[in-house]
Amino acid sequence: MGVQEGARGQVTVEALAKRFGPVKAIDNVSLRVGAGEFLALLGPSGSGKTTILMAIAGFEYPDEGRILIGGEDVTWAPPNRRNLGMVFQRYTLFPHMSVLENIAFPLKMRRIGRTEREERARAALETVRLGGMGDRRPSQLSGGQQQRVAIARAIVYQPRVLLMDEPLSALDKNLREEMQLEIKHLQQRIGITVVFVTHDQTEALTMADRVAVLDHGRLQQIGAPRDLYETPETVFVAGFIGETNFCEGRLDHSAAAGEPVFVGLDGGGQMSAIAAQALPAGGRIKVALRPERLRVLPTGDGPAARVTEAIYAGNATTLMLEAEGGQRLRARIPAGGGLHEARPGDHVRLSWQTADARAFAA
Amino acid sequence: MSRQPAPNRAGRAALNAAAYAVTVFLLLPTLIIIPMSAGPERLLSFPPKGFSLRWYGEYFGDEDWIRATLFSAEAGVIAAVCATTVGTMLALALVRGRLPGKGLVELLVIGPVIVPHIALAVAMFLVFEQLRLTGSLLGLAMAHTVLALPFVVFTVLAALYRFDAELERASLSCGAGPGSTFLHVTLPLIAPGLISAALFAFIISFDEAVVSFFISDLDRKTLPRKMFEDIDFNISPTLAAVATMLTALTIAALLIGYALRRGMERRARRTKP
Repeated sequence: MGVQEGARGQVTVEALAKRFGPVKAIDNVSLRVGAGEFLALLGPSGSGKTTILMAIAGFEYPDEGRILIGGEDVTWAPPNRRNLGMVFQRYTLFPHMSVLENIAFPLKMRRIGRTEREERARAALETVRLGGMGDRRPSQLSGGQQQRVAIARAIVYQPRVLLMDEPLSALDKNLREEMQLEIKHLQQRIGITVVFVTHDQTEALTMADRVAVLDHGRLQQIGAPRDLYETPETVFVAGFIGETNFCEGRLDHSAAAGEPVFVGLDGGGQMSAIAAQALPAGGRIKVALRPERLRVLPTGDGPAARVTEAIYAGNATTLMLEAEGGQRLRARIPAGGGLHEARPGDHVRLSWQTADARAFAA
Repeated sequence: MSRQPAPNRAGRAALNAAAYAVTVFLLLPTLIIIPMSAGPERLLSFPPKGFSLRWYGEYFGDEDWIRATLFSAEAGVIAAVCATTVGTMLALALVRGRLPGKGLVELLVIGPVIVPHIALAVAMFLVFEQLRLTGSLLGLAMAHTVLALPFVVFTVLAALYRFDAELERASLSCGAGPGSTFLHVTLPLIAPGLISAALFAFIISFDEAVVSFFISDLDRKTLPRKMFEDIDFNISPTLAAVATMLTALTIAALLIGYALRRGMERRARRTKP
């Protein structure tokens, strides 16, 4: 095909757009998934993450933009010609076939002989740790087992890319966490490119090499889990990933991204932060500060606050604080760190690193 | 919650009694035929004065009866196959297709149920006469295909609504084309519905009398036509024997269809996560 071997599993989405009536389901989204990379599409419902996956799979055709797999333009190719593996939210096993027949089905469609078909299907069944279950009917398996069979069926023909549409959301919590690691390990072992749709941020951060955060059809940020958490680029990402304190205020001068700023808070006082994006002069500002990055000291020259509540949770204590201007904040104090353990009613001083407080245009 | 006031309970009992009375009233003529077919006398009578299967023997020994039965069976099988094929394609188009004028197609499919059979029969006679299709097996089978079509479409539609369309997507993602997907996934899973529809179509054709009267002729007559003519010439209990067998056949077909649909529903429920 004239495409480098290394690029075989590369997925490129270029300026993709799709409308459903007046709603922009996907609004000019471009992203690139490297060969062998695990990318999670994360967002609330209606963010467009599933529509993007369905466009890659070939079940939706975009209004604008292109989709390339391994350098080949597949935007208009029918789903059965894309040679992709797909795992659905519901297990979608064929109820009239045995487990082994289900897994062998894609091989049968590729006109592979009976003996080889069976051999490879058994090997795939071993890969998902269900050896010996081949003769059962899908309905005789548990939910987790059914989803593993669906994964085996999707990888048995060694597709270049595996698409997964919230594959774990039908499972209970413990099984879900177990399957997260299992899928991750499987992906690393066979070196397949995975595009994984989820609305569960923990799942995305645990499993993915990179996470693409979407909201209202727009790509908010794409990056490694650590980057998303520590250096969110939009207010949405700052609020959607993890827990955060938002302080609202105004900036009287403009600032470029990365520049330190002093934000005049609505309740009075100033807050040092760095501009997470270019900020216009005189605009409304939201400063995001993670609870574990807010330090609570018995004394000092930082802003004064009062502890209203202390919630002990074993590995950490969460303090609910009310700062002088009325601003409410949370601080998380890890256990065993030898840090100041404030009690409700205590008057304390607050402190933070300027780089940990990120200012966004509100 | 479980205790009802007495008048209400009495009212309910009266309603149940009325419902059963109507059912019995409707069924009675059909049921009375059964003992009548097993009487030994030459003339139809009730109650029968003894038990004999001679009228059943009479039927199987009479070439005319057998010829009419085979002709009806032939037309029934052709109509069942045609109606099931066309009806399945129609149902698929209505559920899956982006068909322009879907409402109109639906209306046309329901047509034969709404239009009185006698009106349909006259219309078909006039058209078929021009095309030299009257008196032919082909003409009869075509007419019965049209009559059976709505029942097939409704039965297959019900099967398709129970069928999980996501399985078709799964099949496509496995590399199966739309044709293979239908053959390997959709068809096996809706097959009980199709068989049930085909049985239904066969029965509709097999005991259809009105249209048959208009477009079959004296040489090649259907079973219902032969029965009707027999009433005019000789009211022999053979007629009752044939009617009894026809009733048994219909009930058997309906029961098989019902069992198939139940099995399909159970499977659909079991595979839901």
